[in-house]
Amino acid sequence: MAETASTGGDLHLQSLTKQFGSFVAVDDLSLTIPQGSFFALLGPSGCGKTTTLRMVAGLEEPTAGRILIGADDITDTKPYRRPVNTVFQNYALFPHLDIFENVAFGLRRRGSKNVKQQVDDVLELIELGHLARRKPTQLSGGQQQRVALARAIVNHPSVLLLDEPLGALDLKLRRQMQLELKRIQTEVGLTFVHVTHDQEEAMTMADTIAVMNNGRIEQLGDPASLYENPVTTFVANFLGQSNLVRARVTSRSGEHLTVDVQGTTFTMPRARCTSESDDIWMGVRPEKIQVNATAAGANTILGTVTDTSYIGVSTQYLVQLGFGQELTVVRQNDGAPILRPGQEVYLSWEPAHTFGLDARQDAKAGVEREEGELVPAGDAS
Amino acid sequence: MTATVHVPGGSMPAAPVEPRKRRASKVPYLLLLPGVAWLLVFFVAPMIFLASQSLQTGSIEQGYALTWHIGTYGDALSAFHSQLFRSFGYAATATVLGLLVGYPLAYTIAFKAGRWKNVLLVLVIAPFFTSFLIRTLAWQTILSSDGPVVGFFRATHLMDLLRSLHLVAGNDLLSTPFAVVMGLTYNFLPFMVLPLYASLERIDIRLLEAGGDLYARPFTAFRKVTWPLSLPGVVAGTLLTFIPAAGDYINSKLLGNTSTTMIGQVIDGQFLRVLDYPTAAALSFTLMLAILVIVAVYVRRAGTEELV
Amino acid sequence: MATATEPTRVTGTRPASPARRRRNPWTWLREHVVAIVAVLAFVYLLLPNVVVIIFSFNKPNGRFNYTWSHFSTDAWTNVCGAPGMCESLALSLRIGVLATIGATVLGTLMAFALGRHRFRGRPQTNLLIFMPMATPEVVMGSSLLTLFLNLKIPLGTTAILIAHVMFCVSFVVVTVKARIAGLDPRLEQAAADLYANEFQAFWRVTFPLVAPGIAAGALLAFSLSFDDYIITNFNATTSSVTFPMYVWGAAQRGTPVQINVIGTLMFLLALAAVVTGQLVSSRRAGRA
Repeated sequence: MAETASTGGDLHLQSLTKQFGSFVAVDDLSLTIPQGSFFALLGPSGCGKTTTLRMVAGLEEPTAGRILIGADDITDTKPYRRPVNTVFQNYALFPHLDIFENVAFGLRRRGSKNVKQQVDDVLELIELGHLARRKPTQLSGGQQQRVALARAIVNHPSVLLLDEPLGALDLKLRRQMQLELKRIQTEVGLTFVHVTHDQEEAMTMADTIAVMNNGRIEQLGDPASLYENPVTTFVANFLGQSNLVRARVTSRSGEHLTVDVQGTTFTMPRARCTSESDDIWMGVRPEKIQVNATAAGANTILGTVTDTSYIGVSTQYLVQLGFGQELTVVRQNDGAPILRPGQEVYLSWEPAHTFGLDARQDAKAGVEREEGELVPAGDAS
Repeated sequence: MTATVHVPGGSMPAAPVEPRKRRASKVPYLLLLPGVAWLLVFFVAPMIFLASQSLQTGSIEQGYALTWHIGTYGDALSAFHSQLFRSFGYAATATVLGLLVGYPLAYTIAFKAGRWKNVLLVLVIAPFFTSFLIRTLAWQTILSSDGPVVGFFRATHLMDLLRSLHLVAGNDLLSTPFAVVMGLTYNFLPFMVLPLYASLERIDIRLLEAGGDLYARPFTAFRKVTWPLSLPGVVAGTLLTFIPAAGDYINSKLLGNTSTTMIGQVIDGQFLRVLDYPTAAALSFTLMLAILVIVAVYVRRAGTEELV
Repeated sequence: MATATEPTRVTGTRPASPARRRRNPWTWLREHVVAIVAVLAFVYLLLPNVVVIIFSFNKPNGRFNYTWSHFSTDAWTNVCGAPGMCESLALSLRIGVLATIGATVLGTLMAFALGRHRFRGRPQTNLLIFMPMATPEVVMGSSLLTLFLNLKIPLGTTAILIAHVMFCVSFVVVTVKARIAGLDPRLEQAAADLYANEFQAFWRVTFPLVAPGIAAGALLAFSLSFDDYIITNFNATTSSVTFPMYVWGAAQRGTPVQINVIGTLMFLLALAAVVTGQLVSSRRAGRA
C-alpha cells in the first residue's frame, strides 16, 4: 500500500491523453513536476486541467499515456492504492462524520498507528483543533476548506492535488487562504499540484505554472518569467493584460530587433521575440508604459486619452494611437495629475519591456477570462 | 502504452461530477433480480391471470375454461357502468378538492412555516399513524345527525346548497355522496400534500422574489413562477390521489349508502360473495385499463422517470 | 455543500402600513387566505384523530361507539377485552414486520441498481416499479386472488405476506432511490482517494448516508402493510384476520371501544418515535 508515501519522487506525466467521445480533453501532455514543489495548472474552464488532475488521482482513466511517481508507474493503479490525495472542489467532506473522523478517514483505512496524535497535529496545523467534534455543515466555507486540506495532508501523500480549492470562497477569504496554503505547503514540504482558472491565485502561490489551453500546455515557467516573457498571445492575455500591436520587422542587428508600426520605429531585444517571421505582434504590459507630455527618447508614440478609470492605487487609461488602435495604460497614483479624455500624450516604454509574438496567432486568444467555472453551491448532505 | 476502451458518455471534461462509468456489468442485474422477479410473479403474472379469467366461462363447481368470451365485458359494463362512472366522478372530485386544500397547506409549510416546518410536516403525516379504517369510522361520529358539524351545516344553509347539488338527500350528512367524497379527499390528502411540498420546497426562494418584483399582482407572480415550477408535484399529487380513490370502496361503504356504491365494492362483492369470477375479473381489468389510459394521457407531460 | 453564502433575502413586497391593514378586514383576509386555508386543512386532517382519542374514553350504550355516553377508562384497563382483537393485532404486527423486511431488502437492492448503474432495460424496470403504485388496490388484490386460485395456492397468512411485500416494494425503491440520487458522487471519490476500497467506500460512506432513506422506506412499508385492508381482504381466510379486517368486521357488527384505544396508542407511539427522531437528529446537527 501507500506506506512508501513520503519517500515518493517527482511526478511524471508522459504523453497523457484523454478523449471523451470525439472531444480531446487532454492532448499528449508531458510534464515533470519536481518533488516538493508548488505547481499550478492554470487555464480557462474546459482546458483539460481538471481532467489531468483527475487522471493523476485515478478518478479518470487516461485514453493513452503513463503517469509515474518517481519510478513507480501508477497509471493502472486503483485510486485507493495511489500515494496521492485530493482536495476536492467544494471539499466533499463526509457530512455524516465529524471533523476528527473526516481527517482520520484515510489513516484508518490504511491501518495507521497513532491516529489520534496525527489528526490532532494536523488540526493544530490548520488551527481548527477546537472544532474536532463538529460536523462539516456547522463550519464556515473557509473552515471546511482547511479541513479538506487537513484530511488530505494528514496522509503525507507523495502528491497533493488541489482542484480549484478556493473557488467557493469569497475574495477576501481567498486571499487569506492563498497565503495560508503557501505556508502549509512550505511547512509540510509536499508536492502540491494546484488546478485553478484564477491567474492571480496561481501566481501568488505556485513556484511553477503551466498555462493550459485546449488540452495542451501553452507555456511553463515561474510566475515572473511567464508574465514578463509570454510566448503566445494566449498566455500574454490570460496572465494579466497585454497590449498587442501589429508590427513589421525591419532589421535584425546583433542583440536588437527593429520594427515598424504604422511609420513609428520601435526596438526590442531579439531574445524577447519568439517569431522568426517578419510579421509579429509587438507586446507591452500596461504598467510598463510611461506617459509623457513631450516626446522623449526612442520607442515613443503619440496618442489621445479616450477613457479614464480611477481604481484607487492606480488609474487605467485607454489611449488611442494615430492609426486607431487603443492601448491600455496603467499608472500608479503617485501624485501625478489624472489625465482627462481628449488629452494628447506621448507613450513610451523600455525596449527590454517589449516582447514579440508570431502574428499568425489570434491577438484575442485568452482575453475572455472566465470568472465563473464555479460549481453551483449544491447541498451535499 | 495502454489504450483503454471508452464508454462514450455525455461527460464534459471540466465537470468534476459525473456518474462512475462502468463497463457493462452483471452487478445491476443481480441487484434487480429478486425484486423484479417478485414483481413479475406477484404483480405482472396475476394481471395476466386476471385478463385470462375475464375471458373464461364456467362455474366455480365445474371449473373454468378459456373460451375468449368477450361478452362478459359487455354484460359487466351494462350492469355496473353507473358504479364505474361514479367511481371516476368521485375520485376526480376528491382530487380537485384535495388540490384546493392541499396546495395552500403545502405552500404554507414550504414558505411560511420557518422553523416550524418539520413540526407541520409531522402533523401532515400524523393521521397515518392511526389506522385508515379507525379514522374513517371517526367520521361517522363527526358527521352523525345530532353532532355539531351537521348543526353548523343546517344553520348556515350549507345543507341546502349541498342538497341542490344532489350531494345530500335529506337533512343529514352521513350516508350521502357528500360524506363519501369528503372521506376520499380526507384519506388521500397527505398523498397530495407531500409531493406538492417536495416540489415547492425545491424552488429557489429568490425566483419567487424575482417574480414578486417583475409582476405587480401577487397572483400573477404565482401563476407565472410558482405554479409552473410546482407542476411536477401537482402531477404526482393528483395521480397519487386519483388512482387509489378510484379503486377505493372503504369510504363509500362506511360513509355512504347503497346509491354511492363504487366499482371497487362491486368487484369485491362479485369475487368474494357472488363468486362470479369472470365478471369480477372483467370489471377489475376494465378499471385497470381505464386508469392506465387516464394516467398515460396525464403523465405524457411529466414522464415516469420523474414520478418514480 | 452548504457554504457560508446565505442568500440575502430581498423582500419584494411593498410595505403596507399596519394601521391600514387592520382597518380593512377584507385586505387582511386576502393577505392571509392561504394561511387560513392551511389552518382549516390541519383541522380537517387531525379532527378524526382527536375524535378517536376522545372516544377511547367513552362508555357507549349500545354496541357501537359512535355517540358520546359517559367517561370511562374501562377500555384502557382491559385492552384485550374485545374478543379476537389482540390476536388480529399480533398477526398484523407479524405480517408488518416480515413484509417490511422483505420489501426493504428487495427495494433497497433495486434502488441501488437504478441509482448507481446505467444498464439496458432501465426504463422497463422503472415502469415495472411504477405500475404497482399506479394500480388500485382492488385490482392488485383481485388479480393476486385469481393467481392463487388458479395455481391452487392456499390463501391465508403466507398469501397476505406475499401481497404485502409486492405492494410495498415500489415505495421502498422510490424512497431509497431519491436518497441515492441526492448523494454527491464526489463523496465516494473522496473515499477512494482516501484509501478506501470499493467495499469500504460503500460501507463507510455510501451506506451511512443512504441509511436514513432506507429507514424511511422501511417505515413507509410497515405503515402501508399494517394499514392495508383491501388487498389483504382478497387473500385472507377466516383464520388469518388482520387488525384492519377486524376493524372492518367490527364496523358491521359493533365497534368495541378498544379499537380506539389501539388507534390512540398507535398515534402516540408513532408521534413519540418521530419526535425522538427529530430531537436526536437536531441534537446531532447541534445548531452551531
